[in-house]
Amino acid sequence: MAISRNDIEKVALLARIKVDEDQITVLEKDLGNILDLVDQLQSADTSQTEPMAHPLDAVQRLRPDVVTESNQREAFQAIAPATKNGLYLVPRVIE
Amino acid sequence: MHDKTVAELSIALESGQVSSVELTQHFLDRIRQDDSRYNAFITVTEEAALLDARTADERRQQGKATPWTGIPFAHKDLFCTNGVRTTCGSKMLENFVPPYDATVTSKLREAGAVCLGKTNMDEFAMGSSTESSYFGATTNPWGERRVPGGSSGGSAAAVAARLVPAATATDTGGSIRQPAALCGITGLKPTYGRISRYGMIAFASSLDQAGTMTRTARDSAMMLNVMAGHDPKDSTSIDRAVPDYTAELDQPLKGLRIGLPKEYFTDQLSATMAQTVRNAIAEYEKLGAAVQEISLPHANLAIAAYYVIAPAECSANLSRFDGARYGYRCDNPKDLLDMYTRTRAEGFGSEVKRRILVGTYALSTGYFDAYYLKAQKVRRLIQQDFIDAFGQVDIIMSPTSPSPAFVQGEKTNDPVTMYLEDIFTISTNLAGLPAMSVPAGMMDGLPVGLQMIGDYFSEARLLNAAHQFQQVTDWHQMTPVR
Repeated sequence: MAISRNDIEKVALLARIKVDEDQITVLEKDLGNILDLVDQLQSADTSQTEPMAHPLDAVQRLRPDVVTESNQREAFQAIAPATKNGLYLVPRVIE
Repeated sequence: MHDKTVAELSIALESGQVSSVELTQHFLDRIRQDDSRYNAFITVTEEAALLDARTADERRQQGKATPWTGIPFAHKDLFCTNGVRTTCGSKMLENFVPPYDATVTSKLREAGAVCLGKTNMDEFAMGSSTESSYFGATTNPWGERRVPGGSSGGSAAAVAARLVPAATATDTGGSIRQPAALCGITGLKPTYGRISRYGMIAFASSLDQAGTMTRTARDSAMMLNVMAGHDPKDSTSIDRAVPDYTAELDQPLKGLRIGLPKEYFTDQLSATMAQTVRNAIAEYEKLGAAVQEISLPHANLAIAAYYVIAPAECSANLSRFDGARYGYRCDNPKDLLDMYTRTRAEGFGSEVKRRILVGTYALSTGYFDAYYLKAQKVRRLIQQDFIDAFGQVDIIMSPTSPSPAFVQGEKTNDPVTMYLEDIFTISTNLAGLPAMSVPAGMMDGLPVGLQMIGDYFSEARLLNAAHQFQQVTDWHQMTPVR
């Protein structure tokens, strides 16, 4: 199945990945080939089949609602690109 | 000393024939001398290793040693190691130093094993050749310019080159078994949920599973003994008792039922590969096993299902790399969107970006049912094929990969050709079954792996079968180095 330049630009924005003009042509071919490969799926009759999300069909376990972790803000922020007063710094979002 | 197995080294340590400090220094020296040829390691933790070795020797003197106390090994560089950088083979995590240990890391640490460093891998475990690493490709010790397979190519090359006796690895679509096959070592991917994924940097969470890379099945059993078990920190880990995986190694194989999927032994398979694998299976017949043909009718759809499910899960998992909290951030972002999009464009390599884009597409409005839901349904058909097969046989056997180690650069320009490398391994991940690759022959001077797939939680049976094979063959003892 072909994928258009327009589709690639849209998906790249959804995925938050900047894609340059010259890369779009390469991606058109590569993603088109991958989608051709996965289009084989359409040949399978799955009208009576439930989708499978977990190999053992396990469900999420619940645990008692008690505190198990201690606060490690300093340790976690020590590896952040930019912090100030215990907050993560990013470019201005609200004017 | 580097030709000894983990089991042999464990005995040598216990008898006082060698100390962990001596052993650790010996392997560190080998890494320093030889790894420039292979690039199997991203980080070598010499100082920490020698400290851990000293502690291990003291612990042994106090009579508190486990079989792993003082044994050197390496971690694939996606297991978080507290205080030691963990890159996942990516520029995105080039300077990431985790503030915690993965559960696998803690378990091996508690057993007293000595970590020598972190091994190279395809970026975020996406690849079959260890060529997509930001830290350069790893070379297969068996042949100049040959790939070691991937994504756990650094771990496989390190074990094959005798730089460590064992290494951790992970397998999402074949990333333990295929490099084990291409490097001539023993690789085990356990049942999904057998080993905790906590602290393993996630690629495709419903497929990822940690496992072992060793030279022998006995060493693999010893390693699984330490790594397996339920973990409250991983909601998908299975709460089920861990047996002693070495206990059944010596059981005879008489009556073992082996199935050969007719969909794997087709004209597509090279005659030499088919013959090499059939010769290995003939050894099992001599050991008393009965071989029969079986069918996995949906086998041809496994790659298609995988290349929807794995990219979809990867696109969700890798959305966490946003430049805000840890990892790479682009220079001088002009606004938040610019920070996200340039951080991710500059921090990820091309294969990772390709998969994120495919996954995002498959999950986007209007395509979800046609791709993701359809793939999940086909996934169940593939699982049902295996359930039916295990009604007739105990172990399914096939080649691990379609060919031995290929030449570097041969498949990098065509993603789909690279994907076909995992044609025999991927369906096991989709079904969540345990599987191994054991050295089973040579082709053109390069190792060939035999894949063995078992029913859920039958790791002990697989290891038993692999061990018995290794008692009557010497492929696992072949070495590319002195």
